[in-house]
Amino acid sequence: MIRSEILREIAPILRPHLVVCNIGLPSQEMHLIDDQPTNFYMLGTMGLASSIGLGVALAEDRTVISIDGDGSVLTNLGTLPTIANNVADNFILLIVDNGSYGSTGDQPTYAGKKTSLAEVARACGCENVVECRAEDTGQVLQKAIDAGRMTVIVSKCESGNVKVPVITMDPVAIRDRFMQSMAG
Amino acid sequence: MNISSKIVDDFVANDISFVTTVPCKQLGGVIEEVEARPEILHVPSNKEDEGMGLCAGAFMGGKRPAIIMQNTAIGVTINTLVTLTQFYRLPLPMLISFRGELKEPVACQAEMAVHTKPLLAQLGIPTYHFHRQDDVEEFDAILKYTFMCNKPVAILTDATFWGGY
Repeated sequence: MIRSEILREIAPILRPHLVVCNIGLPSQEMHLIDDQPTNFYMLGTMGLASSIGLGVALAEDRTVISIDGDGSVLTNLGTLPTIANNVADNFILLIVDNGSYGSTGDQPTYAGKKTSLAEVARACGCENVVECRAEDTGQVLQKAIDAGRMTVIVSKCESGNVKVPVITMDPVAIRDRFMQSMAG
Repeated sequence: MNISSKIVDDFVANDISFVTTVPCKQLGGVIEEVEARPEILHVPSNKEDEGMGLCAGAFMGGKRPAIIMQNTAIGVTINTLVTLTQFYRLPLPMLISFRGELKEPVACQAEMAVHTKPLLAQLGIPTYHFHRQDDVEEFDAILKYTFMCNKPVAILTDATFWGGY
């Protein structure tokens, strides 16, 4: 199971919630599969999906899910201690861990080798960390939402991409739509 | 006048309720003051680009943010400033210790000091330089300006402003 199949499967679970999508293919796939005003697409700035999501969750009561990748978490590892020490129970970090930099040609990441992001998250102090198979992502995600406790999910999946168009929406339109969806 | 209190008073008066910080020796007093105020959620970051991500999220979630950091962070955050803060037109007051200016004891700090204003100018970031203590009187207007224009705005504060080391 590859990332786009996971996203397709969890789209109905994500729909009522605020979603911050990682740069590159995760955003492009989410945009194609189920574009929602409650989705914030990152068009740049690798690594900050978890930071942006945590920022939203610390300011807003609704459930916020950041869809991140293993490569992007590795590029901003400092995010995990910040998440652990600033608990927002409406925040879920979903790391789609395919062991590769998918958007740049599937080069391997260290998360696909010796490094366990779930163990790193635990060592950083994150209290609810679940590593799951790709096939179980929807069930684990729903459970985390229902529990109302800040959770880090590491979904181990296969590397691979589908062809998707780039997002041509203007960033200010993305941002404004996202903010309006919270106001409404 | 306690300039740290004045700065944080202005934050509160401008409804800034989310502040992230990466420490600098010179910013110790103002960070302490931020931490002490119940009106402000203080979320320390490990790196300044991470902090800008937090601020972007907090702003979209309805809280006015600010970041407190050292000028060396300009080197760390250029990509984030351009592709997140500016690209999405997010307001962000950046209270920056301007290390490497007069009275600086650490030679290495002068290296980044000479690049600080050119980099900010290149990025088209409105930049204010607080040198005398009275300069802090403009801080309130700068915060209002930042949230009027939805831009990152730099407030450089040097050693003379803070009264030395």
